[in-house]
Amino acid sequence: MTIDLEVDDTQREADPDALLVVDNLTVSFPTDDGVVQAVRGVSYTVRSGEAMGIVGESGSGKSVSSMAVMGLLPRNARISGSVRFRGQELIGLDEDEYAKLRGNRIAMIFQDPLTSLNPVYTIGFQIAEAVHAHHEVSKQAALERAVELLDIVGIPYPEQRINNYPHELSGGMRQRVVIAIAMANNPDVIIADEPTTALDVTVQAQVLEALETAREETGAALILITHDLGVIAGHAERIAVMYAGKLVETGTTEEVFYRPRMPYTLGLLGSLPRLDKQEHERLTPIKGAPPSLLNLPPGCPFTPRCPIAEDICDRDEPALLAAEGTGHAAACHFRSRVADIDAAEMFGTDAADDAPEVLA
Amino acid sequence: MLETHETLKEGTQPGGPGVDKPTLTEREFTVKERKQWQMALRRFLRHRAAVVSLVVFVLLVLFAFVLPYFWHYKYTEFVSLCTQSNGLAGPCSPSLKHPFGTDSTHDMLAVTMRGTGQSLKVAFLIAAVGTGAGALWGVVSGFFGGFVDSTLMRLADLVLTIPSLALAAALAHKGGGSLVLIGLILAGVAAPYVARVVRGVVLSLREREFIEAARALGASNTRIMFRHLLPNTIPVLLVNATLLIAQGILAETALSYVGFGIQSPDTSLGVLISTNQGAVENQPWLFYFPGVFIILIALSVNFIGDGLRDALDPRQTRERK
Amino acid sequence: MLVFVIRRVLISIPVLIASTMLTFVIVKLSGDPLTYLKTRQSTVSKAEKQAFINQEAHRLWLDRSWPTQYWHWISNILLHWNWGPPVTGHDNVASDVFTAFGITARLVLVSIAIALILAVITGVISAVKQYSLTDYTTTLLGFIFLSMPTFWFAILLKEFGLKINQWTGSHFFGTIGDRSIPITDHSFGGSLKDIIGHMILPTIVLGLVGYAAWSRFTRASMLEVLNSDYVRLARSKGLSPRTVMIRHALRTALIPLTTVTALDVAALLGGAIVTENVFQWRGMGTLFLTALRAVDFNVMLGWLLVTATIVIAFNLIADILYGVLDPRIRHA
Repeated sequence: MTIDLEVDDTQREADPDALLVVDNLTVSFPTDDGVVQAVRGVSYTVRSGEAMGIVGESGSGKSVSSMAVMGLLPRNARISGSVRFRGQELIGLDEDEYAKLRGNRIAMIFQDPLTSLNPVYTIGFQIAEAVHAHHEVSKQAALERAVELLDIVGIPYPEQRINNYPHELSGGMRQRVVIAIAMANNPDVIIADEPTTALDVTVQAQVLEALETAREETGAALILITHDLGVIAGHAERIAVMYAGKLVETGTTEEVFYRPRMPYTLGLLGSLPRLDKQEHERLTPIKGAPPSLLNLPPGCPFTPRCPIAEDICDRDEPALLAAEGTGHAAACHFRSRVADIDAAEMFGTDAADDAPEVLA
Repeated sequence: MLETHETLKEGTQPGGPGVDKPTLTEREFTVKERKQWQMALRRFLRHRAAVVSLVVFVLLVLFAFVLPYFWHYKYTEFVSLCTQSNGLAGPCSPSLKHPFGTDSTHDMLAVTMRGTGQSLKVAFLIAAVGTGAGALWGVVSGFFGGFVDSTLMRLADLVLTIPSLALAAALAHKGGGSLVLIGLILAGVAAPYVARVVRGVVLSLREREFIEAARALGASNTRIMFRHLLPNTIPVLLVNATLLIAQGILAETALSYVGFGIQSPDTSLGVLISTNQGAVENQPWLFYFPGVFIILIALSVNFIGDGLRDALDPRQTRERK
Repeated sequence: MLVFVIRRVLISIPVLIASTMLTFVIVKLSGDPLTYLKTRQSTVSKAEKQAFINQEAHRLWLDRSWPTQYWHWISNILLHWNWGPPVTGHDNVASDVFTAFGITARLVLVSIAIALILAVITGVISAVKQYSLTDYTTTLLGFIFLSMPTFWFAILLKEFGLKINQWTGSHFFGTIGDRSIPITDHSFGGSLKDIIGHMILPTIVLGLVGYAAWSRFTRASMLEVLNSDYVRLARSKGLSPRTVMIRHALRTALIPLTTVTALDVAALLGGAIVTENVFQWRGMGTLFLTALRAVDFNVMLGWLLVTATIVIAFNLIADILYGVLDPRIRHA
């Protein structure tokens, strides 16, 4: 096997802009039926101010890996590998030390705004609380900051809204409150875990806009976790695709969108409706379902769903290896071949007649 | 139109497009169900206390209903007494001949077996009738909603404002204290509790798709209630029924103690400890043995109930330690 | 908020009225108050006996229809504070019931308070240290308490108290009545010691009735909240573990406990019947049992009226408290 141009960890380490370095992160959960390997050796680096997207189906381990970064996994989770923030190792940090980082340097936005806020406190209190957690300020000052934050994320009449309880706000409004909480202390990294999934389509754009504002305002790096490539496209510079607990493709948004090197990514793109395609273009679904992360068989986990799989795919799990360009890497034995195939061609649809002249 | 409606509802039409689908879904359901039951069984088996309790409970049932045939004293049989330290004849303390000792007339082991059996009968009666009545009450209330619901639930609330012991004692006072009557009264007192729980479950089920589907297919109210809603409350009912067994035994005991429970010549564990409470100092075995059996029954049933809850309530998934 | 409270109070009134009707029916079903006359052997002629029975029935309004009797009973209480005559003798039913109530209230309230405090502490510890030795031990103990007949445990504890008294040669643990008879030490300290000595054992017995259920409930509620999204968000804000635990987890987890406690007040009053009987307190329990044996219906009616009022009042307080603690209910 060729080990050409393997992405070098030590090189990443040396990166002066590296803010958050996740290195060979592994998370498993003991369950009734055996050990679930939720995250299997994930490595990535986030630099100051950049926006990175992590894409994958539900159960691919994208949420679990970010929870591991935040130190929010349940106690029964087994975590190994390393997460370094500005050179400080986070894995194994005790709860009090972690609390100093959370919300202050790394903030998180969760999927379901309806259950994310405590029902018995006003939203003003819950935002002010985040300010108080890291700054010795007066109650008044913290509340003023809360008003200011609500204004930034686009909530009208923030002076009155701070006295509202979560149940008095709509889902979109509540997610803005959560975004306001996340940006309260000008963090360096904001992790947004499916921030729009639970919301109406019409509200999604507004919330993403609020998220974008928050980023501009704080200058924080963004890790945007989603299963929705459409969301990623406009909001991330780099993309990591996750499948069965591993990164299977990483690169710039351009590279991954237009020159995918992993059949799974290609499949994801093929199942995305696009306005720039011709009228009769059909969507190309990926057949089958993601594998159970319980007792994964050897080989590439995508093999059962992969149209170009060969014998080697059943035997060896491919490593994430550089394909071309600076950071573009894919975990596929045939990554060089994938570059020339179109989604429709690979996964097959009735209307696969137009040329693979995907815009470049 | 009406005909199709009927046939669909009953699913008796021999052929045609209307029948294929129900049988198909039915097969899917049974497959899924078996899997669910297997999972539930596995979860139950992992609850060690519940498994041990199940064994203990089975042993208690055997003790009460099978062992009497093999034991050489009958609970009705008079036994000869032992000489006390003061030279007079009196109850025997536990020995090989009488492992549980004797009271002033009978072998205590035989009496305890009889008492355990009678207590279990009352408890099963309370659990069965109480759960049944409560389920009916809750399903009707939750299904119809509105006026029916508020009337039935206010009635339940009212019953709950009276201490159940006082209520049961008042109702049992005139009745003569037969086992069946006491069981029925205690079941009636327990029913509102079950009704509340069942109603809660039904309220959440009522809006679910499969009920909508049944309604859309023209199923009658009775059919929806008994074929669709009630089966889905079975896990909750099962857990409640086990808890009612434990509570029933304790309630019967308390009722016997205050003098309004089962009356002699019939007996129960409650009757035994009530009659022997004065003996706690001089013949403690008369008081302790029946008491320990009550605790054993109630404790094992409570643990079985806890195991069932773990097994049947998927929301409470236990991670392995 | 005021509207919320007023609405809740108004809802309680019809419940109380309906409860008095149910109470009335139950008392009517519990037996014939004149059984004692009808079964008595007497030297007088049958006709004379029947005449006396009729006279008594008339005096007690037993010869009227149920609705008339009910109205007579309830209107006399409301308009004249007359709780009706006892079947025999000249006692004042109202003062009998309220004296007994005072004694029982002390026992029940102290038991509730102690049981609640202990239940919350152990429930929270069990939840936070789920599957630890502490969790398993408290769970097992809780189950044992739940499975023990109240009076069996009471008698056991009474024996235990007597043994301790014997060993220490003191009379600290009172096992009969709520005060010593005769009262020997009239000083404040002596009285307090006497009261406490008599209260400890019954309070433990009655407290365990509530404790077992409430600690289980606290544990379950706390576990649910600890796994909630908002506790996760609170942690991700960087709040200290202590703040997360108290402000976000405990505060929210305890709200439903108010309702559960209020609902269990009826069960505790039932438990008091048994406990008082074992320790021979002359409280509500003893009063009820004596009244029931004699079918002294006005005493029973008064007893049930007071009990129902207490239970409804507790539910009302719990409702209002719930509204104070949970804004979702308040605004609904």
